[in-house]
Formats: sequence, C-alpha cells, structure tokens
Amino acid sequence: MRIVKQTSLYVVLTALSLVLFFPMLYAFSASFMSAQEVLLGHFLPSTLHFENYLQAFQDVPLFRFLINSIFISLVVTFGVLAVSSMAAYAFVFLDFKGRKLLFVLFISTMMIPWEASMIPNFVTVQQLGWINRYAGLTIPFFASAFGTFLLRQYFKTIPKEMQEAAQIAGIGHFRFFMNVVLPVSKTSLVTLGIYTFLTTWNAYLWPLLTTTDELVRPLQIGLRQLQSQETVNEWGVVMAAVMVVAVPTLIVLFIGQKHLQKGLTDGALK
Amino acid sequence: MAMERAQVERTGGLPATVAREKLFRRILGRQPAAWLYLMPSLILFAVFVFYPLFKTIYLSFFLSDMKGLPTVFIGLDNYVRLFSSPEFIQSAGSTLLFVLYTVPATIIIALILALLANEKLKGIGFFRTIFSSSMGISVAASSVVWLFIFNPSAGILNRILSLFGLRGINWLADPNWALFSVSLTTIWLHLGFTFLILLGGLQNIDEHLYESANIEGAGYFYQLRRITLPMLSPTLFFVITVSMIDAFQTFGQIDLLTKGGPGNSTNLIVYSIYQKAFINFDFGSASSAVVVLFFCILLVTALQFKFGERKVHYQ
Repeated sequence: MRIVKQTSLYVVLTALSLVLFFPMLYAFSASFMSAQEVLLGHFLPSTLHFENYLQAFQDVPLFRFLINSIFISLVVTFGVLAVSSMAAYAFVFLDFKGRKLLFVLFISTMMIPWEASMIPNFVTVQQLGWINRYAGLTIPFFASAFGTFLLRQYFKTIPKEMQEAAQIAGIGHFRFFMNVVLPVSKTSLVTLGIYTFLTTWNAYLWPLLTTTDELVRPLQIGLRQLQSQETVNEWGVVMAAVMVVAVPTLIVLFIGQKHLQKGLTDGALK
Repeated sequence: MAMERAQVERTGGLPATVAREKLFRRILGRQPAAWLYLMPSLILFAVFVFYPLFKTIYLSFFLSDMKGLPTVFIGLDNYVRLFSSPEFIQSAGSTLLFVLYTVPATIIIALILALLANEKLKGIGFFRTIFSSSMGISVAASSVVWLFIFNPSAGILNRILSLFGLRGINWLADPNWALFSVSLTTIWLHLGFTFLILLGGLQNIDEHLYESANIEGAGYFYQLRRITLPMLSPTLFFVITVSMIDAFQTFGQIDLLTKGGPGNSTNLIVYSIYQKAFINFDFGSASSAVVVLFFCILLVTALQFKFGERKVHYQ
C-alpha cells in the first residue's frame, strides 16, 4: 500500500513538474534552434545553434545590460540592507518619543502601491538629472518598510541581556549594532537580500520609464528592446536572450530557496 | 545610556548644560541617536512615497500642459471625465475580470502543489524547487516565452491543437481570447511565489494535530478540511490579498504581450495609466486614475487587516 501511494505521488509530482517547467524547457530548446526549425515547429534542435547566443549579444548590447542589471541589483540589495537594518535597530533597541506612531507610519507605506507615487517620482528623478543614471534606478528603492518589518521581527528575538551587557561593557550603540546585532541576524539579512535582489532584477515599469538609452538600461528592458527589433523569424535569438535574463535569478532562487521560504513565511505571518 | 551620562559628566555638568540636555531629551526622547538610525528611511519615504502620494492627489485636480505640469484647477472634473469615459469603464471591467481569472486559479493550483510538496518523500526538495521556479523568472522573460508559445504559426499551443485536428487560435490578437491568454501567463508567473508562501504555512502547522487525528483514524480529506485548511487560513488570507494587489498592478505582461489590445480588451488599469501619463503626457487625468487605483488597493488591504488580523498571531 505504502509503495503504491509513494509511486503514484512521484508520478503526479513528476508530471506536474514537467507541465510547470515546460515553458522554460521549450524556450531553452528553442534557443538552440535555427529560424527554420522554429518555424517548422520542432521541439528539439537537430544541431545546437550556439550562434543564437552570439547573435543576441551582437544585436543589442546584452553584455552591457547584464552588467547593469547585476550592478543595480547589488546596489539596491546592499542599500536596502543598510537602511532597513538601521531603522529596525532604532525600533527595537532605542527608546525614543513617538516610536509606536512612527512604526505605524512605516507600515502604512506598505499599503501605498508603488504606482501611486510613480508620476511625481518620475518628475523628481527628472529634475534631479537622474534619468539614464544608476542613481535613479537605485536610490528611490533603498527604504523598505517590508525590510524594516522583517528585520525588526528578528531583532526582537535577540535577548535584552545582550544589550545590557554591552552597555555595562561601555560598548556604544553603533558598535553593538555592527558587531553583535548584524552578525547574529545573518539569516534574516540573507533572506531580505535574496528577496530584494530578485525583485530589483525583475523590475520592469520603473526602468522602462527612466532609461531612454542603452547606457544604464537593465536586462529586462533590453529584452523588450531586442524582442521589438527582431524580425518574426528570429525566435531562436530571442529565446537565447531570455535564457541570459532568466538563468542568473533562477540560480539565486535555487540556492536561496530554503532561506527565502522561511523568511517570507515568517514575515507574512508574524 | 551609559555613554550619554559619561558625556554629561565630562562637559562639567553645568546647570545650564544639564537644563539644555533635559529639554533636548524631552523633545527627542531618551535616545536621540534613534533619529540618526531612522533618518535615511524617513528622508527616502518622505521624498519617494509621501510627497508623491499627496502630489498625485493634488495633480488629479488640475489640467496639465504638454510637459505634464499642472495648469488650471478644475476640481473633480478629471474624476467626472474618468467615470464617464467608456475606455476607463472598460479598463476597470477588464481589470476586475482579470482578478477573477487569475487569483482563484493561482491559489487553488498553488495549494494543490503545496499539499503535494509537503509530503515527506525522498527528493522532495527537487520538486519544491521546480514548483517555486517561476518566482525566479522575471515578468519580461516569461512574457517573451509565452509570446513564443502563443505565436499563431510557430507556437506550441496551436501545434498541439492541430495534432487534434482543431483550428489554431489567435491567442493574443483575438479579443475573445487575449485576456484569457494574458491571465494564463500571469497564473504561471505567480504560481512560484504563492506556492512558496503556502508551503511555508503548511510546514508551520503543528505535527501533533495530525498525530492525534491519525490515532482516531480520520481520513486524508477529513484532516484537510478540519485541520489543514483552518490552520492555514491566515496564510491563505495573506496570499489572497497579495495576489489581488499583484493583479491590480499588472503591467509587464500587458506591455510585452498585447500592448492593451486588441480593441482595448487587455488594457488593464496600470497600463492605461501608463499610456495616459507617459505616452499622452496627461498627468492630471492619469493621476485621477491612480487615485482610484490607490483606493481600490487600500480597500483590499483594509479587508485583509479587518478579517485577517483576528486569526493571525502576532508576537
């Protein structure tokens, strides 16, 4: 009975995996096909056409876009970690007037959809001269209510005795924050880091508005550019570019999946 | 604290200094350093969240010039025009239909996947990774893949249909199918995240509940109905809210798959705002649509707090 149940579970799981992952497998396979094979509707390439990848890198500055995406995502990730952890520290370890009120204010920003501030933000960034600059793609995203909330939840589990001990030893707040709080919160920081990296990498509307040339344009908008300038027959090249866009985040997700799941669930439920 | 006291002593503790220190503390609280830690967040929120929110509301009461700058105050005229424009009504209708197509389907499929992936089996980690994989694929990448899948001549969907002798469908160009096709892409795209959150919720359920149910000989579906779903309800509620908000905010799929067409049938609200604001540069009218969207999302979030709060245990 047990074996029957297990086997059927495996069959169901495998079938579902195939269905769900099919679009990516299909795209991966097509990225090696010649234009003709794609049009004939083959599912597997007869020979591996690596030149699709070369072509994709030649048609648009895909390498530049890749570097831009990596740079922007890393800067936002570290920006969010720094800014949110500082705010979370204040909320947990420092006593100040209006703490509760300010926390409510922070949380309330989670209810404001990003689109609500999109138009004036565009004007602000334009006036700051940040169109086609990395600054416009990174700095507006440094403050994160979600990040502050997630880290605050974790910081609260750090025993108060540690803070008292640090005070007795004459260790100032900044050293306590840097040398004690941050190192013990490594897991939450990693979770928030992975989450921020993925969301920044995948951002679409804001980079579309603020990058009008190729200098700082990230991969997502580069893919849009490639897709719109390719002729109908070049699906192999477009799918090769898709692979370049999707594989880095898939790797990040595969490595960080356990972290992310735990962190996000805790953040959602506590 | 210790440091601050030491500092007061070092400065000599003159009565005037002490008095000033006291005043300082009364205004800023016992640890003024807190404001230093909060300053970056506060400045950024002020500049990029609160100011623009009020500015959007302000802009929605004005006509705007070609550069999008406000010119003439017209009160609620933008709103009146918005609600009497057939395009906006259609756009709002499509958005609601889109929510209806995507949210329940995403959650039900993700729940089934999560229940299956929560079984203790060898190699289950692999399946969990596959099921969550769409979370790692961007809107742009997946939309372009689906653009290929939907392609009337080369795409796999019409190939499969022709195997069964069925006529191909113009998935993205047929007004009857376009919204469905965009919804299909969206469901696939959101499955990964929803699955991951629901799996986390399932894993947080206390094992003992199942043990005692097993002793009493309760069947799988009985346990599902009486233990799993009730215990999962806070997570489910959270996921429903997030999915609805996500659906309201859909943009990338539309931009890459249909550009709002055919015949405005997929012109969801954020895409119509984008067109108003950044193609026609009519900031006033776009802002009024933003304000409407804002209140819709606020309503969903408020419902989450009202009904979700009770069941969620805060630390």
